[in-house]
Amino acid sequence: MPGKVHVQSNINGEDTDFLCEPRQSLLEVLRDVLSLTGTKEGCNDGNCGACTVIMDGRIVDSCCVLGVEAQGKQLTTIEGIASADGLHPIQQAFLENASLQCGICTPGFIVAVKALLDREPKPTEQRVRHWLAGNLCRCTGYDKIVRAVLDASEKIQASPR
Amino acid sequence: MKEIDYAVPKSVSETVSLLAEKGNQARCLAGGTDLLVQLRGGRRSVELVVDIKEVPEANHLSYDPQKGLEIGSAVPCYRIYQDEAIANAYPGLIDAAAMIGGIQIQGRASLGGNLCNAAPSADGIPPLIVLESTCVIAGPNGTREMPVEDFCTAPGRNAMQDNEFLVSLRIPSPKQRQGANYLRFIPRNEMDIAVAGVGSSVVLSADKNSIESARISLASVAPTPLFVKEAGDALAGKAITEEAIEAAAQAAMAAAKPITDMRGTIRQRRHLVGVLTRRTLQGAIERAKEA
Repeated sequence: MPGKVHVQSNINGEDTDFLCEPRQSLLEVLRDVLSLTGTKEGCNDGNCGACTVIMDGRIVDSCCVLGVEAQGKQLTTIEGIASADGLHPIQQAFLENASLQCGICTPGFIVAVKALLDREPKPTEQRVRHWLAGNLCRCTGYDKIVRAVLDASEKIQASPR
Repeated sequence: MKEIDYAVPKSVSETVSLLAEKGNQARCLAGGTDLLVQLRGGRRSVELVVDIKEVPEANHLSYDPQKGLEIGSAVPCYRIYQDEAIANAYPGLIDAAAMIGGIQIQGRASLGGNLCNAAPSADGIPPLIVLESTCVIAGPNGTREMPVEDFCTAPGRNAMQDNEFLVSLRIPSPKQRQGANYLRFIPRNEMDIAVAGVGSSVVLSADKNSIESARISLASVAPTPLFVKEAGDALAGKAITEEAIEAAAQAAMAAAKPITDMRGTIRQRRHLVGVLTRRTLQGAIERAKEA
């Protein structure tokens, strides 16, 4: 019977060791082993983006990554977005624009937006919509989310942290 | 998901030994966007997952205008479309690499995996076929090469033995005055499975008024991606006219063997093959004129 594997990753800036079974997805490891339950399970098959995390600078669906594949990787989850000083401007913009209702899709959206704005600080609306095609929301529709992203982009430009 | 073992071989030969040991109870893992979903859903069952991302040849991406493009089978789509030289040389391939799934999927999924998964609807396969790509396959007796159009044998099945794996894809250098284009029809803007897809490639004559040669390949309208040789041949030596393009579209429609399912009907799919063949040929010709 396959035993547990020792994996070392850097998660939200902290070197983290964990044990997991090879069959466990990174999503299961984050939630069930590391108690980082901010990352949500939606479809569990790579369609909805609720489980989006940043792995070595790229967004991935953590349901489609094995926990053991995180060996040596740098991960950012929703828990790594806000700072000790308060919410990240993206999170603030989601609140101010009423961009969430049930909230299950929100962590995935915010992580995906963080990766976009880190790379492209001033995306067009079309670029935002294209970037977020892999994140599904079944409550609000997308207009308020897109508005929040453009709003966050402007606020980050105005006062870079 | 049932229990699995996990191995991370560091070389082609180590990978082949692992596969030889486990037979059909092993499967290679690249981006995992098909395999992990299949394992979890019980559609596939294996004892050993062999992660090939640390095999250098499977993770290698290089382009040389003389030698062409070599794409390791585990190279994720984003690395292909982010490379400016590759994007400029192979826009027809980028059409598909930037279209498979969303940004999350493109961060992991590879064209090699798209090919091995052998879905009839795979967007990555028609562009590879029209660009005359070959598969580099490693097994116990070394490596062999096979044209991509011969690789898929049935839905979800490919021409490899259990003890073989796809190491890389080789795409010849773009010819002078060559252009390619891939388009699919989906009811949404993004993130959907093709109802029908068509890839076209053309090489124009020196005066750019006629077509020297053309290749056309179809997705989602047969049990495997189709290479429709007769549709491309219908254009060889012909002046660029609406009639010539229509003849190729008719040949492509005749070759399609679609089924009716939840995504589309036979009639709609055959019609789409005609529309997409005409549009991708126009797109390929435009690109060839600029090339």
